[in-house]
Amino acid sequence: MTYSIITEGLVKRFGETRALDGIDLAVRTGSVFGLLGPNGAGKTTAVRILATLVRPDGGHATVCGHDVVTHAHQVRQLTGLTGQYASVDETLTGLENLMLIGRLTGQSRSAARSRARDLLASFRLTDAADRAVKTYSGGMRRRLDLAASLVSRPRVLYLDEPTTGLDPRSRNEMWDVVRGLTATGVTVLLTTQYLEEADLLASEIAVIDHGAVIATGTPTELKARTGALTLAVRPASPADLPTVLAVVAGFTRAEPEVRNTTVTVPVSGEDVMPAVVRRLDDMDVTVAELTLRGSSLDEVFLSLTGHRTEELEGSAA
Amino acid sequence: MTTVSTVMDSAVSDNTGNLAPRVGPLEGLRQTFSLSWRTLVQIKHNPAELIDFSIQPVMFLLLFTYVFGGAIGGSPHAYLMFALPGIMVQNSLFTTLNTATGLSTDLEKGFFDRLRSLPIARFAPLSGRILADLAKQTWALVMLLVIGTILGFRVGTGPLGVLAAFGLVLVCTLAISWALVLVSILAASPEKVQIFGFVVLFPLTFTSDAFVPTTSMPGWLQAWSKANPVSVISDAMRGLMVSGPAARPVVESLLWAAAFTIVFAPLAVRAFKRRV
Repeated sequence: MTYSIITEGLVKRFGETRALDGIDLAVRTGSVFGLLGPNGAGKTTAVRILATLVRPDGGHATVCGHDVVTHAHQVRQLTGLTGQYASVDETLTGLENLMLIGRLTGQSRSAARSRARDLLASFRLTDAADRAVKTYSGGMRRRLDLAASLVSRPRVLYLDEPTTGLDPRSRNEMWDVVRGLTATGVTVLLTTQYLEEADLLASEIAVIDHGAVIATGTPTELKARTGALTLAVRPASPADLPTVLAVVAGFTRAEPEVRNTTVTVPVSGEDVMPAVVRRLDDMDVTVAELTLRGSSLDEVFLSLTGHRTEELEGSAA
Repeated sequence: MTTVSTVMDSAVSDNTGNLAPRVGPLEGLRQTFSLSWRTLVQIKHNPAELIDFSIQPVMFLLLFTYVFGGAIGGSPHAYLMFALPGIMVQNSLFTTLNTATGLSTDLEKGFFDRLRSLPIARFAPLSGRILADLAKQTWALVMLLVIGTILGFRVGTGPLGVLAAFGLVLVCTLAISWALVLVSILAASPEKVQIFGFVVLFPLTFTSDAFVPTTSMPGWLQAWSKANPVSVISDAMRGLMVSGPAARPVVESLLWAAAFTIVFAPLAVRAFKRRV
């Protein structure tokens, strides 16, 4: 088995803060690896180190066997970066932006032009090719950013929060595009704040918090461990609350939480719900509300770390 | 999305083989040209910028010649002979602000990080922008000379003198650009760079002999004006284009240029590398 990205004990300090506090990652060649965490967890710092934009203070990282510090130029030839911080020139057109990158990476004028045209076509931007990027919508802009990182045909692609701030429709479009990429053999390192996104796109996930990896595994493994679903039960009468709590606790290893008169608990499978219903019915408890929904990142965090993602609250971006 | 796969397909296997260990000097030069193309192509999309660096110097020229010229130099024509070289220096100096605001915009908007993530020469983003701004300056210089000549300016030396004068002002502003590059990295926003320009470049230019002979200034200001690099370069331009001693101010200008480069180039490069 080969790995395209390997990091060992990666440390990065900004003043007193340890943005990365010893990160170990191993990303399989050709896979999509999800780096999941709240704002400020260190995701972007990790990507910036792997894209040679920032030097680590400790540990080391290799991309396709090349050290990101000592062989940065080789790494840059193999990688593409799309993210909040790697953008395009807003005053140029989409075509000009892609051609510029093609020319910079050594393509002839005609090769750069045809490559740019192809990319614009496959990202459905042909109609906007000759418009200045500042007139693009958020979704178009992200697609162009992604196209820009593919100009030089990278073997490893960093997608730093590719859908943060996008509306649901653009987000779905972006997911389609990323899924399309995985068919090509390119290795993708994806960072995201959304559990759903990591679940949908990644074959392996590392959850990071305060600059450290707190859990790794396939989406299925993680969900089994943390409870990817959240069950919420609200009895019609508050008097039944202790009964509900006891019943629910019997079906999961996690600690149920009571808010107002609703009991919530992470569960690992859908089969829990009918069992809970049957049991409550047997005990003559009338239920006013019963829902099973996908857990939020916040809830996964709670079950992994015992604390909520304080950074996530009140930060839309 | 199958189309994306098609675009990527040929790709991934392409660059498995030999990777270049570093950027060759010729490649670095080519990347510089590509990036200066990018800066110049921006003008196409933002014609207001063309007005900015074409009309503005001409307006300065006309205003100074016809509004202040008579009062300062006795007649607009006499003043033009004195002031045109100075206006050229002023204009070139103010163009360095473009370098700084452009750079600072790139840093702020993240375009700079895109460039840094590419396998290109580390100096190319900087040299590309500076080269483009030199091209803009050359254009403005030629335009000032042509319009100045129409208004009555006469070259007193010859074509070689003019070429030397243009070369000199470009070398000097190139050196001063280093200071502006440093400012743009430290300032972290294009607006702050503009403020710096107004607070430093404006007084620097107007306390020189670029527009007026210094004889009517108070003694302390005369002393400063004499030392002011803008005066030194303006004197050298007059010597090279009109008449008068050229050798001494030219040498002094080049010394100033060297000093600016020695002090600010390492500081700018260091700030540049530290910026993460």
